[in-house]
Amino acid sequence: MTSAHKQPNYIGVFWWLLALTVLEVGVIFMPLARLLIAILLVGMAMSKAALVAMYFMHLKFERRTLGLIALTPLALCLLLVFALLPDLSATPHRSTEPPQAPATSH
Amino acid sequence: MSQVAALHTAVEPAESPLTPESWGKLGMWIFLAGDAMSFGALLAGYGALRYGSADWPLPSKVLGVGLTAFMTFLLICSSVTMVLALAAIQRGDQRGLRKFLSLTVLSGVMFLGMQAYEWTHLIHDGLTLTGNPFGAVLFGTTFFIITGFHGAHVTGGVVYLSCYLIQALRGRLGQGSANAIEIAALYWHFVDLVWILVFTFVYLL
Repeated sequence: MTSAHKQPNYIGVFWWLLALTVLEVGVIFMPLARLLIAILLVGMAMSKAALVAMYFMHLKFERRTLGLIALTPLALCLLLVFALLPDLSATPHRSTEPPQAPATSH
Repeated sequence: MSQVAALHTAVEPAESPLTPESWGKLGMWIFLAGDAMSFGALLAGYGALRYGSADWPLPSKVLGVGLTAFMTFLLICSSVTMVLALAAIQRGDQRGLRKFLSLTVLSGVMFLGMQAYEWTHLIHDGLTLTGNPFGAVLFGTTFFIITGFHGAHVTGGVVYLSCYLIQALRGRLGQGSANAIEIAALYWHFVDLVWILVFTFVYLL
């Protein structure tokens, strides 16, 4: 059956997720360096995603092979980011059109 | 129906060496891994386009972070009610199953309603697939594609869970259906997990 493992403390996981969400929103209004804010946000988002996968999706209690299936897209996405790196080195460009020069009358 | 026969409905023809409990669960995990690649590609593309843009607006200045933080809270709550619905069917609590499944569907519908409200406001302000008065045009394009793709998943999840809710209300979901509810729950939690990442990468960063 599906309930072979002991049920985790779902409400405890909920409070963790809620606290991390509040912290995430708080961090963006803090007078910190953009890079530090980005690192903190990505760290907290990954922690929240891991909590959902491990406890709500029961990955913590499944066989390791199932965990490997779940981690495969993460590894491939990291690979994708590396594949995009050559494009990232391009000079930043503005996408908005420059103001049109007024038409001259002849 | 004897107890043995009732339990037998949960047993599938062959067991998988990966998930001894269910082939269905393995199938859902493989589907979700593929789906995660779609979201991963969209988010990686978003990052590359943003990095290459000199006039990308700060999302928190354009998008309503307060509303979407509440939407995040709503999806987290719906994940909790979903695991409680699963726990209810596993212990044969029909009343609990109906209550928690209803709350999950309701949360999903409320999430979609709020997304519609958010989109309406942004479109009214001039942010569209092909236009952005706040800076880079691709900001609007990527925003609507990513949140729209996720919204489509929430819609699918609401339909998926509503089908089970109707069966539960008719009293057709016994303890033998716990595996089916667990598989549906996997999809719903995945939708929540993806939103956690979308909220961070598209709204907060």
